[in-house]
Amino acid sequence: MSEAHAGPEKTNPPAVGSEALRRDFPILDQIVNRNPLIYLDNAATTQKPRVVIDALRNYYERDNANVHRGVHELSNRSSAAYERGRERAARFIHAKRSSEVIFTRGTTESINLVAQAWGTAHVKQGDTILLTDMEHHSNIVPWQLLAERVGARMAYLPVADDRGLLDLNQLDQKLTSDVRVFAFTHVSNSLGTVNPAREFCRRARARGITTVVDAAQSIGHGPIDVQELDCDFLAFSGHKMCGPTGIGGLYGRHELLEATPPYQGGGDMIATVGFEKSTWNQLPHKFEAGTPNIAGVVGLHAAMDYLDAIGRSNIARYDHELGAHAYEELSRLKGIRLFGPHIGRAGLVSFLLNDVHAHDLVTVADQRGIALRGGHHCNQPLMNKLGVVSTARASFYFYNTHQEIERLIEVLREIQKFFDR
Amino acid sequence: MFDDLNDLYQQVILDHSRSPRNFRELEGANCTAQGHNPLCGDNVTLYLIMEGDTIREISFQGSGCAISKASASILTESLKGRSKQEAEALFARVHDMVTTGKGGSEMGKLAVFAGVYKFPARVKCAILPWHAVLSAIEGRSEPVSTES
Repeated sequence: MSEAHAGPEKTNPPAVGSEALRRDFPILDQIVNRNPLIYLDNAATTQKPRVVIDALRNYYERDNANVHRGVHELSNRSSAAYERGRERAARFIHAKRSSEVIFTRGTTESINLVAQAWGTAHVKQGDTILLTDMEHHSNIVPWQLLAERVGARMAYLPVADDRGLLDLNQLDQKLTSDVRVFAFTHVSNSLGTVNPAREFCRRARARGITTVVDAAQSIGHGPIDVQELDCDFLAFSGHKMCGPTGIGGLYGRHELLEATPPYQGGGDMIATVGFEKSTWNQLPHKFEAGTPNIAGVVGLHAAMDYLDAIGRSNIARYDHELGAHAYEELSRLKGIRLFGPHIGRAGLVSFLLNDVHAHDLVTVADQRGIALRGGHHCNQPLMNKLGVVSTARASFYFYNTHQEIERLIEVLREIQKFFDR
Repeated sequence: MFDDLNDLYQQVILDHSRSPRNFRELEGANCTAQGHNPLCGDNVTLYLIMEGDTIREISFQGSGCAISKASASILTESLKGRSKQEAEALFARVHDMVTTGKGGSEMGKLAVFAGVYKFPARVKCAILPWHAVLSAIEGRSEPVSTES
């Protein structure tokens, strides 16, 4: 599905997990705390291949100018590169038209845009905003702000059991006539659960409920097709898919974006400005006030080309393989507590080891050059429900290797001994 | 095995984190304070019985990493019977020690935290209970946070 919309194909792209592929990522080749770096914090942010770094540099060295207003050559180049990036992003997620892609700073801003602009216009007093138990704070707080403002109420689809799956049987009961919007994560950043997004959207659409998919953890990890998902909105970040930080996007179905008032006011988003009243520019510019992150879009474009050259199905397959390998090895450790589903998980594992606090575990792993995440992963309500304050998390990407997982296990055994003195 | 980490996780710290002293709610406490680390969700509550300016009794509860738990535990041992002024002075010395690694030789049991300075991300774990207790004896009611 993704390959059909791929950009220019490179000749013989390196295989996932191969040495040749790892050489595309300059940052991976370094010593951290006297050990070779093992970067397993990819759910927080991914590393950047040289083509992305080069694209940013080339842009600033050759083409940099403001977009959509200059009539000079550099502005023409910048404007063209920016809009090419939009067309590329639309192809990447298989949107019907490029004007359905709004560039934002990332997933968080995208969700805030939907909640504030669309939500304020369409969610009324007494309406219900349905989320799930496993949402990131960025897909909770914007909705709470909206609920408070308009007098709507919050509801949550529960996690069914300690396997970290949402209760599909309860979905129909939760999708009541007062639900105006259902916003959910595609892949959980703390549990590794892959939610049946298409089924969620189908059931919501059957009841006329607007859907918002948080694709932060899925966008770079496999094919995404908004027409197949049949979602209304989809939010994503560039930095979690080999792109630069500070750039991301919001997909919105054309009719919904047309029926949404502007998010922020400023230059570029207007058609005419008078002292009393202004009129809005057409889509997508209505939602992009001010000078946009042009370099970010150029970098994101390069990242999308790179991911499609590697092959997003290859990435998805390898990701799942690494996740399954780590889960299996970890489950053999004495005193391990694993969170999330047994099978069908994304390429990340959340765990606790004996009574070692996640922060202590992560500090010690760092002394072996292994970058893990320890904390509540911006999932405090879920952590409360699981009865833990925090977990340690290893999250993988297609440049990680099975040997790195073996090394992680070795170090975790050392950590067990270290804290069992 | 982890020579580099033995400075941070000294045996005393591990002992206190596993069996924290004065780890309970204090009946009759006339002074309490909460500390919170919003980055990891850890929290600590300190309970004090103040007689005038003197800390007559002190205890704590909460959840946290080995560093923060041991720090709270040793703090309660160090402050019992001390005056408010002594507590403030000790806080200043602990703060110096965990941020510079210096001054540990005159700190008694608290010297086990001297190694924390090499791990900048963990300084706030060691210092959180101290911020909380200062807040308590100075009569501030809002919870303290590592991020303010």
